[in-house]
Amino acid sequence: MDYKELNLIGSSSPHIRTKDGTAHIMAEVLIALVPALAFSVYNFGWYVLTVTAVSVVGCCFFEWLYRTLMKKNNTIGDCSAAVTGVLIAFVCPPNIPLWIILIGDFFAIVIVKQLFGGIGKNFLNPALAARAFMLSWASAMSTWVAPGSHLPVFGTVDVVTSATPMAYLHENNLQGLMEVYDLRDMFVGFIGGSLGEVSALLLILGGVWMIFRKIITWYIPVSYIGTVAVLTFLFPRGNDPMTWMLYNVLGGGLILGAFFMATDYVTSPVSHKGQVIFGVGCGLITVFIRYFGSYSEGVCYAILVMNLTVWIIDKNTRPSRFGVVKEPKAPKEAKEPEKKKEAAAK
Amino acid sequence: MAQPFFGGIHPNDKKAATNKKPIEKLPPPARVVIPMSMHIGAPCKPCVAVGDTVTVGQRVGEPVAFVSAPVHASISGKVVAVEPRIHFSGVPVMSVVIENDFNDTICPDIRPVEKPNELSAEELSEIIKNAGIVGMGGATFPTHVKISSGLGKVDTVIINASECEPYITSDHRFLLEYPEEVIGGATILARVFGVDRVHIGVEANKQNAAELLRLKIEEAKAPVVVEVLHTRYPQGAEKQLCQSITGRQVPPGALPAAIGCAVFNTVTTAAIYRAVYTGMPVTHRVVTVSGSGVNEPKNLECPIGTPICELLDACGGVKKSTFKILMGGPMMGHAQYDMDAPIGKGTNAILAFCEDEERTVEHPACIRCGKCMSVCPMKLQPVFMYQYERAGMLQELEDAHVMDCMECGACTYICPGRLHLVQAFRAGKQKINNAKAAAKAAAEAAAKAAEAKKEA
Repeated sequence: MDYKELNLIGSSSPHIRTKDGTAHIMAEVLIALVPALAFSVYNFGWYVLTVTAVSVVGCCFFEWLYRTLMKKNNTIGDCSAAVTGVLIAFVCPPNIPLWIILIGDFFAIVIVKQLFGGIGKNFLNPALAARAFMLSWASAMSTWVAPGSHLPVFGTVDVVTSATPMAYLHENNLQGLMEVYDLRDMFVGFIGGSLGEVSALLLILGGVWMIFRKIITWYIPVSYIGTVAVLTFLFPRGNDPMTWMLYNVLGGGLILGAFFMATDYVTSPVSHKGQVIFGVGCGLITVFIRYFGSYSEGVCYAILVMNLTVWIIDKNTRPSRFGVVKEPKAPKEAKEPEKKKEAAAK
Repeated sequence: MAQPFFGGIHPNDKKAATNKKPIEKLPPPARVVIPMSMHIGAPCKPCVAVGDTVTVGQRVGEPVAFVSAPVHASISGKVVAVEPRIHFSGVPVMSVVIENDFNDTICPDIRPVEKPNELSAEELSEIIKNAGIVGMGGATFPTHVKISSGLGKVDTVIINASECEPYITSDHRFLLEYPEEVIGGATILARVFGVDRVHIGVEANKQNAAELLRLKIEEAKAPVVVEVLHTRYPQGAEKQLCQSITGRQVPPGALPAAIGCAVFNTVTTAAIYRAVYTGMPVTHRVVTVSGSGVNEPKNLECPIGTPICELLDACGGVKKSTFKILMGGPMMGHAQYDMDAPIGKGTNAILAFCEDEERTVEHPACIRCGKCMSVCPMKLQPVFMYQYERAGMLQELEDAHVMDCMECGACTYICPGRLHLVQAFRAGKQKINNAKAAAKAAAEAAAKAAEAKKEA
């Protein structure tokens, strides 16, 4: 056989790579978000699906538009814009006007992500940064639809609103909250709130799926939720710390944030030690805002603030390299001969 | 089960293609090209001339330094050329070309050692040196240097039968077909180093080899124990193997001797046995020919110096769509472009790929997932080292301990953004070395100039 006719590549090793690329990881995240989305449709009506679809299309469109106008390679194939799209929808009220969603999409993709260099280069979580920006339309962003609303596909102005669990907790009205929603409602998700945050059960299911599929590690979710749980249990408002703690953990965006936002690779520390520090920091700020802020929910700002600290956490949590085993006795022994020398010199 | 090492990856091992196929003898090649450099260290000097008749096992290359190993004829016949020829490293290397007379006449000087059980360490080291034995797992470090530098320091001798790279089954088949030779070699090493027992590390995906070894060890009452290791790449890397078996970590920049370990490859161990009990130097070796592009994957025993094309021909040739041919494993092997390049002492596999093994993309992008950190067996941070290298920040790169990187490629394998991580570190290490050499040269030049001034 003549081997000279083959078109051979000469490159340096390794010559094989795993199948699981960026698009694969993003697809797993999307799969993990599906149960919570399905429940949201059941809880609030079909309009939820419209919002999510518009948000995904919007994010992908803005990503495509920016990359094309700037004559850069197209990156919508990595599915990260689609994940951002779903997450933006998840952090908005269920009856959000579509034009506000599109503004959020534009802000997340173009301002937060692409202007800093695209995937992997942004220092804030795009979906949460978009949410912070969208709060400029305060009334639309704080009109909460009652659970079981059946919003039609194209939405309606005629909605029944209700206070979210976070609003009750912010007014220290645990008793009132317990009368409206029992713990089962809180856990399964028959409550008011942002589009994707209501079902703690299905979000945890999605999170466990991602941990099981090795997309994320447990360090951030566990340290984040754990910190909130411990703090709210130690400093309850009212005389039932257990119930106060559970309502605090299950209400609001904590579960969504801890599993899907704080674990965003790009804006969280890379080492496990760093991830624990990051999670604890998120928990501290979340409880701080919930207790002392004028805004009833703190997850969004807690994660955004911690995003800004990632570089310093990374810098100070480098693992010790292979072969460097700590020996606490070594310096002492090293000093002794010096002392002897000094003594001898005297 | 031995303890796990840090990090590592678990690619599909693809060994099923050849791990049940017995070793076949390659039809004798018409000519072999024996390079003077098949080891780490100084190349040999040819000691035969065109027209000379040579026999199997006759020395054709003399070492000129301590860290080197002699080279022997692998077939009998006539020397037809002594000139630089294409080498598996990609550049021409001085080689001895022998035309086969198909008689396989054995060199008359070859005879077994008279009292193999009374060999001193120095005598054994000399035998190993004369037999041209080098690390045959791929690193090709001269074995006699390892032994003489390890004497007195080593308390744990390890035989490396982990064969952690995908596709390769040459060591596995060797263990199944010549277990006595490996155990015999291990016994010699145990005596030389004065240890009670030698550990043979076998990955869990070679259970049948581990069981056979245990059986044979019991029969021979050899001072050898089989350690079953986790199937995980790079289990066969020296430092990781030492960590798995002893729990000790080799300090940065040091060799396993620093923690009292000496590691020998399976085939190297058997070569020691052969050199002692038959007197035969390294002339042949087993090569796995496999990969999606090979029509009929096989394990072939071939004379050293056989051109790659002969092995591929013996396996039914390669598919037309083959885009890469490798010497060595897919993780650390070298891509070949000229099939006339010969098989060396450290060649354990020839692989041809025609499917989507590579999976490179035009625009790699880091998503900071940190997977590269979790797989790095040296506990480095490839994610940041890559940024330093790209930005030309050599000092930061060095401070991130890039020199500890053993280039196993686990980071590049796992990277979902398809970054060329280990490739960047190779370039970075070279840049750091160049910068250091340049700084040293500049300092020397300055010192010379100052001296010249003084004298003037």
